[in-house]
Amino acid sequence: MSRIQATFEQLKLHQRKALIPFITAGDPKPQLTVPLLHELVAAGADVLELGVPFSDPMADGPTIQRASERALKHHVGLHHVLDMVAEFRQKNSHTPVVLMGYGNPIEAMGWETFARRCAEVGVDGVLTVDFPPEESHEAFAHLEAHGIDPIFLLAPTTREERVARVAKLARGYVYYVSLKGVTGAGNLDLTAIEQKLPQLRRHIKLPIGIGFGIRDGATASAVAKLCDGVVVGSRIVQEIEDSTEQEVVSNVGKLVRELKLAIDQ
Amino acid sequence: MYNYPDAHGHFGPYGGIYVAETLMGALEELNAAYEKYRNDPQFVAEFERDLKHYVGRPSPIYHAERLTSYLGGAQIYLKREDLNHTGAHKINNTIGQALLAKRMGKQRVIAETGAGQHGVATATVAARMGMECVVYMGAEDVQRQSPNVFRMKLLGATVVPVHSGSKTLKDALNEAMRDWVTNIENTFYIIGTVAGPHPYPAMVRDFNAVVSRESIVQMPEMIGRLPDAVIACVGGGSNAMGAFYHYIDVPQVRLIGVEAGGYGIETGKHAAPLTVNAPVGVLHGNKTYLMQDADGQIIETHSISAGLDYPGVGPEHCWLKDSGRAEYVAINDDEALAAFNTLCRFEGIIPALESSHALAHAMKIAPGMSKDKVLLVNLSGRGDKDINTVAKLQGITL
Repeated sequence: MSRIQATFEQLKLHQRKALIPFITAGDPKPQLTVPLLHELVAAGADVLELGVPFSDPMADGPTIQRASERALKHHVGLHHVLDMVAEFRQKNSHTPVVLMGYGNPIEAMGWETFARRCAEVGVDGVLTVDFPPEESHEAFAHLEAHGIDPIFLLAPTTREERVARVAKLARGYVYYVSLKGVTGAGNLDLTAIEQKLPQLRRHIKLPIGIGFGIRDGATASAVAKLCDGVVVGSRIVQEIEDSTEQEVVSNVGKLVRELKLAIDQ
Repeated sequence: MYNYPDAHGHFGPYGGIYVAETLMGALEELNAAYEKYRNDPQFVAEFERDLKHYVGRPSPIYHAERLTSYLGGAQIYLKREDLNHTGAHKINNTIGQALLAKRMGKQRVIAETGAGQHGVATATVAARMGMECVVYMGAEDVQRQSPNVFRMKLLGATVVPVHSGSKTLKDALNEAMRDWVTNIENTFYIIGTVAGPHPYPAMVRDFNAVVSRESIVQMPEMIGRLPDAVIACVGGGSNAMGAFYHYIDVPQVRLIGVEAGGYGIETGKHAAPLTVNAPVGVLHGNKTYLMQDADGQIIETHSISAGLDYPGVGPEHCWLKDSGRAEYVAINDDEALAAFNTLCRFEGIIPALESSHALAHAMKIAPGMSKDKVLLVNLSGRGDKDINTVAKLQGITL
């Protein structure tokens, strides 16, 4: 059983929802990424989403773009990110790690090399933002061959036929983007999510995580009631941006503990 | 019979639809609308009428006799896209896409722009159709192309300077995509080049193909035969695709795309992914030759001309290169500038710095060819927008 599947089954057994925080690897500087990952776990993270920096993050808002820019100032590339996961795994063998980013750094490394390295260092899932199912067959065959879960996005604008198509390809969990727009946008519409979910559940048998627009305990708790996992990205990245290097690990830990508490209520 | 792309927008291994799920719904809607209207007689008639009465088509072909005799070789003919309304080929495409937007019930159009020509062409059609218009432009390009920024504002558009990344065309494209994903219900994204996710590369080509549809008739009327080569500059590659398209199945006509060599290919500071065989990658929704580092990060490009300053290239050009149907070369900043000045002095035509690249290549090869050979250069735009850039290079303050 994969780490992702085991994690969600454990949570289900205890009737709890997954907290899935996102940070960008190398933000604010490379030496802080592994300590931040450990702190996220200590604060209650169930699955970790680790962003691979990219020069042109089209689907992200300004907050996560700035995180990429900070990481790229330190020349953090995909092979560094994989090394960071390897270092994290020296002290943590149970928390799933999902790499999230854009396809080009992987294309540059080669999918076969990438998938093999993921398996070696202990990456569990890969979410390639700009590779929809239409363009994913060959790339994701490499991931599957090495036992890495391809994680897919679904959006409010995704038609039901596409939901069914994604359901066939997805492994691990499915990430539902809860609003139109880029990461870090406001205006979470809970009613719209509630209306869309039955359609998703008809096809998706995997756990469903919801992200985009979750800013605090209240929104996290409300979203948690609707699905299996809550993804929090821009809010945490904002905390990293606003903190000094000395305080960043403890500040992020504090924020994630608040979110965890709200979700578990 | 040339018949690309396939149903999913692939030109061989290039092109495709590499976008986040949040955009897939909008692209499916656009693709359905384009498939519905592209051969609809009413749509085609309205497009043709606008090209004739609003743009002033067909654009003439002009025999540059003084330039030809100065060079002493092949005959140089210019396809005068610079004489179109708004001064470049870009209006062919924006009219087509705006007519489509109208039929799709979209009230708001957005665009990215590099040199500002596409922004002006979009603002123009938006004004004419009474649509709201927002144009994203790299902050550096806003500086380089201030006359066009003011033209867009006069036309009622909002120009948003983009300060992220390299502050040029690619960053403007990123920002426009973000706007689109956020305002997907009422907004039509008018992409200005033959790049982006399917159906944009094919659609933008089809609207610009009027250039070669005209020239393939005009040349025989003028000189009794087709040209030996068609030469066009390539940034994203929309004017070149338009100028090449109807010649693709006419193998005796050479197709030559001219990329921006910037400070010189050897300096690495250029925008010539095809010429240098850049690694294939994925950016802005399509697979293409892409200027990138070993980590797959997109690198900053350089060109004297904002309209060519782009790290990728339209996927169809990648395919035409690989299949050997078209050839691609680079022209440096200084060569383009020399061609710019030469055309001004010999023919009384101020060309865009983008088009000056195509012209410079024609001037380079013409002297080595016999006088009965014919080169058709696509003069894709006029250079009024570039006078600040050129003056600055000559140390002159306007």
